[in-house]
Amino acid sequence: MRWKVLLVAGIASGIALGVAAGIGGFTFVYAEGASYLVDDPESCANCHIMNEQYDGWSKSSHSSIATCNDCHTPHTFVGKWTTKALNGYHHSMAFTVGGFHEPIQITERNRRITEQACRDCHGEIVSMIDPESASPHAGSDSLSCLKCHQSVGHLH
Amino acid sequence: MSAKTPKSPGRKLFTIIVITAVIAAGVSLATVALLVSIFEHKQEARNPFYRVVELDDDTVDPEIWGKNFPLQFDSYKKTVDMVRTRHGGSEAVIHEPTETDPRTEVSQSKIEADPRMKRMWAGYSFSADFREERGHAYMLVDQTYTGRQQAAPQPGTCINCHASTYTAYKELGDGDIMEGFAKINQMSYAEAREHVDHPVSCLDCHDPDTMHLRVTRPAFIEGIRLVKAAEGLDDYDVNRDASRQEMRTYACAQCHVEYYFAGDEKRLTFPWHNGRKADEILEYYEEIGFKDWTHKETGAPMLKAQHPEFEMWSQGIHSKAGVSCADCHMPYMRVGAQKVSDHHVRSPLLNINNACQTCHRESESEMLDRAETIQARHIEMRDMALDALVELIDGIKKAQDAGATQDELADALNYQRKASFLLDFAEAENSAGFHADQEAARVLSKSMDFSRRGWMTLADWWEGQRTETDTIAEVIPAD
Repeated sequence: MRWKVLLVAGIASGIALGVAAGIGGFTFVYAEGASYLVDDPESCANCHIMNEQYDGWSKSSHSSIATCNDCHTPHTFVGKWTTKALNGYHHSMAFTVGGFHEPIQITERNRRITEQACRDCHGEIVSMIDPESASPHAGSDSLSCLKCHQSVGHLH
Repeated sequence: MSAKTPKSPGRKLFTIIVITAVIAAGVSLATVALLVSIFEHKQEARNPFYRVVELDDDTVDPEIWGKNFPLQFDSYKKTVDMVRTRHGGSEAVIHEPTETDPRTEVSQSKIEADPRMKRMWAGYSFSADFREERGHAYMLVDQTYTGRQQAAPQPGTCINCHASTYTAYKELGDGDIMEGFAKINQMSYAEAREHVDHPVSCLDCHDPDTMHLRVTRPAFIEGIRLVKAAEGLDDYDVNRDASRQEMRTYACAQCHVEYYFAGDEKRLTFPWHNGRKADEILEYYEEIGFKDWTHKETGAPMLKAQHPEFEMWSQGIHSKAGVSCADCHMPYMRVGAQKVSDHHVRSPLLNINNACQTCHRESESEMLDRAETIQARHIEMRDMALDALVELIDGIKKAQDAGATQDELADALNYQRKASFLLDFAEAENSAGFHADQEAARVLSKSMDFSRRGWMTLADWWEGQRTETDTIAEVIPAD
């Protein structure tokens, strides 16, 4: 008798797992989940919130040299994927549940990352302007690249 | 019995299987919810609107448009809200219904709050009733029942901006809005009122086929043609030649402007012949010798400035930067995957987030503080100019009591007219100086200067009354 119960429960559980995996897989494909694992800026506009930023970027001087990730994620492996995961989580929560600030605003953490990204590529010229550019706190207060060059990557 | 025996391996396995199934079911449920949400957002982004009903050029009722554009319609309906800002806005005041005015709620009276305005407009219907402007939803009812109608029956011309008049123009003009416009101008208000049913509606600003913005008010079509001709553009057709961003201002400027009623046919006309600045408009009125009324206390030929938001904005920094009316008063709002213009037209100070922060990165509290500082300074200057004007009126009366003739006082009366118009221009403009703070300050300063010059001519008159032994102080009677 007992093995029969186990067998039924096992089959039911198997079906449940299968359904979850199936739906999960379908959702992943439907939501173009794989696109988030590469650097294509088009995937940042998947959910349409970033349409304006994407449009602005594609017309900007940086579009021929830098993608979204180049300016919005750190240039280290761990840093990049941690930031992608964190931002991905926040973005999907915000878009699904709603209630976020409009017009969207960059978080302090992401602002620092972008500030650092400017300095990574333009280090040579920045070091002549900002003597402390090598310090980990560079760009935190008055001498911020973004303050004057905020529309370089895309308009707001 | 079984509870006391240790769990058999089969039972343990069973529990694990059941928990797994429950978790899997839960995950499936959550994933389906997410999938549905993603699906819905994708659909929203794909279809900016659903055509539920057919709209044509005669669909006046905004509810019908609202079936195709529920998001815009919902925000349009919110113009019934009555909210104060620190230096403006409307708040509800209980009103005891009377035979001539059935309203149970009105906005606060501006002339009761500041009796100096009654003196400024003495003898004109604005000194009988003038309240804070309420939202678009009230434009028709508030004008139909304002105390100004009792003080002096208003002409049909007024209805041009207080109702959805586009279909009425077409009807009266057999399809020609210019023709219909000319007819409405010559009606009495009561007669014109018969031809309209709604406050400003969708088709007053939108083409029902393309949803593009359009101008439907003949006075603006004619007025802007003047302005563009002065800039060297001949035969300017606003609906053909204006850019999309310009239309986001022009649609509002059809009504939010200074105007006068020209000639016996009372044709609504925008006085931009010499330019759109307050003193250029004043100069035009001087040239054509126009007056709105005769001042009851002094007999001066007076001008009433209306609500020159467009003219004042044109002189401001936001205009120079290419920011339109709609950018601040109807900013984009996000609804799911869609971005729509907020049709809850209101003070940006009630919506700083969307209205200001699209361009300004500073915090909401800093933006509010900047705007309120500008407005507070404006009101301080306005108060000084108003005091100066009231003192001039008192001064003229005192000279009249002492025997001065209107001819002798002609200059003083003319200064009263000019000072009053410029002050009114800055005061009636609905932003407490914000639309162009330095221009508003310049206009108020000029008003004060005219009041001062008026006083100088009075001093000259008193000087003429002086006998050899008197000092001026002895001639002018004490209060």
